[in-house]
Amino acid sequence: MTTLAHLLDDFEFLTDWEDRYRHLIELGHTLPGLAEDEHTEANRVTGCMSQVWLVADQQPDGRYIFRADSDGIIAKGLIAIVLLAYSGKTSAEIAAVDIDTIFKQLGLDQHLVVNRRNGFFAMVARIKALAQVPAH
Amino acid sequence: MAAAARMNAPAQSAPYDVAAVRRDFPILSRQVHGKPLVYLDNAASAQKSRCVIEAMCQLYEQEYSNVHRGVHVLSGLATTRFEAGRETVRRFLNAASANEIVFTRGATEAINLVAQTFGRSQLTAGDEIILSVLEHHANIVPWQLLAQEKGLSLKIVPLDARGQIMLDEYEALLSPRVKLVALAHMSNVLGTVLPVADIVRLAHARGIPVLLDGSQAVTHQLVDLQALDADFYVFSGHKLYGPTGVGVLYGKEALLNTLPPWQGGGDMIETVTFAGSTFKPAPQRFEAGTPAIAEVIGLAAAIEYLEQLGMGNVHAHEAMLLEHASTELAGVPGVTLQGTAPGKGAIISFTIQGAHAQDIALLLDQQGIAVRVGHHCCMPLMAHLGVTGTVRASFGLYNTLDEVDGFVRAVRKAAELLV
Repeated sequence: MTTLAHLLDDFEFLTDWEDRYRHLIELGHTLPGLAEDEHTEANRVTGCMSQVWLVADQQPDGRYIFRADSDGIIAKGLIAIVLLAYSGKTSAEIAAVDIDTIFKQLGLDQHLVVNRRNGFFAMVARIKALAQVPAH
Repeated sequence: MAAAARMNAPAQSAPYDVAAVRRDFPILSRQVHGKPLVYLDNAASAQKSRCVIEAMCQLYEQEYSNVHRGVHVLSGLATTRFEAGRETVRRFLNAASANEIVFTRGATEAINLVAQTFGRSQLTAGDEIILSVLEHHANIVPWQLLAQEKGLSLKIVPLDARGQIMLDEYEALLSPRVKLVALAHMSNVLGTVLPVADIVRLAHARGIPVLLDGSQAVTHQLVDLQALDADFYVFSGHKLYGPTGVGVLYGKEALLNTLPPWQGGGDMIETVTFAGSTFKPAPQRFEAGTPAIAEVIGLAAAIEYLEQLGMGNVHAHEAMLLEHASTELAGVPGVTLQGTAPGKGAIISFTIQGAHAQDIALLLDQQGIAVRVGHHCCMPLMAHLGVTGTVRASFGLYNTLDEVDGFVRAVRKAAELLV
């Protein structure tokens, strides 16, 4: 399984937008997604321009496993990165993730247009809410 | 002005110099993502020429004051320029009188104004309003709110396979209970130009007034309101290369003066006592409070710029862009063009099989190309088309054939990455 460290290595050598997006789209294709009956209104993250659904399963040890899906392939690629950053962590670890820096390191920060960034933060906000990370 | 001179045919004089036009729009020289900006989101909002920006600056730097009722020099100057702006709009649309031009915040507010004045005063339970499948939410929701309040029903004209309204179905809907027809002049998604002359003629034959949403049409073709004979006509300034925050409601003067006010406040009254108030005639009756003074002057500057270019020339230039773009785009594998009605305006909506519209638009943005994606405030139309959204490229007077080619290349690239 790819880790965030692998991902950072991969993206380091992708200098132009086309290669980055090609890689992002490939990541999107690897995302397992959700079952059709999990595409519910309750699981839908509002504020995203593509449709995004997110589910959290808390493990007996307190860690959260996140699974998510989208109807857009680029959104799925972004989700794959977000899940690498957040899934399998405890509430305290989730609170400590610096997602802005991760996207900056991936060179994807300027490639996310404002609307998508907003949607993207809606997903991060949902992850934190599901993991009961206190706001601020 | 002679009727012939108001036709959409190109003027005989100088050829259309798009390079010179582009130099008049400062923003067009900027880059996005390190690539030259190709702005194809004109149906959402058009860019502003230097003359619009300068007209607004000049007002604020030299002539600004509140309008109407002032006795000092600046108030006189600002009022003169503001009312000259109203006359410019009248001339552009060939309305019979400047009293028929009401300034609003935009087309949306203009439609709401008609719903809240004409609609609330003249429609009663059981009455019907005719809309079409391709309407913008701005020409649906105000009527829905009114219908809920008053027990009205909305009758919807269907579309044919090419995206034109079915005129025979429209005629069949014109029952004695219909009290208003409210239709787009041109679709903001499909580019379809509705058969407005027939629409107005058939409604008027039954004594039914007609409101046309001209938000898209006014930017692409010459509109002659006296020839058109619509009772209400609305559009926004910002799509017509003018500022945001200003729009126009045209209404026939006699009709406007039968309507009650909507918003109350200063500038719209004749006398106020605590026992009651009396109201000015149109247009002041509907312009409560301080209007968008600089924006009206900016809009007038935008219209004067369009008059200089000639709407016939603009129309011919955009028709050429549309034809080229339609032909080229149809040749991209997987592309479906949404809306192919004959005589349509310069808007192309499309989908690509196997690719999400959002993803296509994102990859176009990476290549410097600004388009719009989604439902375009037309969710009933999306449902009719059986899609969740489309990618829309809308052309303006400053776009070029080279930009169209760059756009089609970028779509090919996006399709290659996504499919």
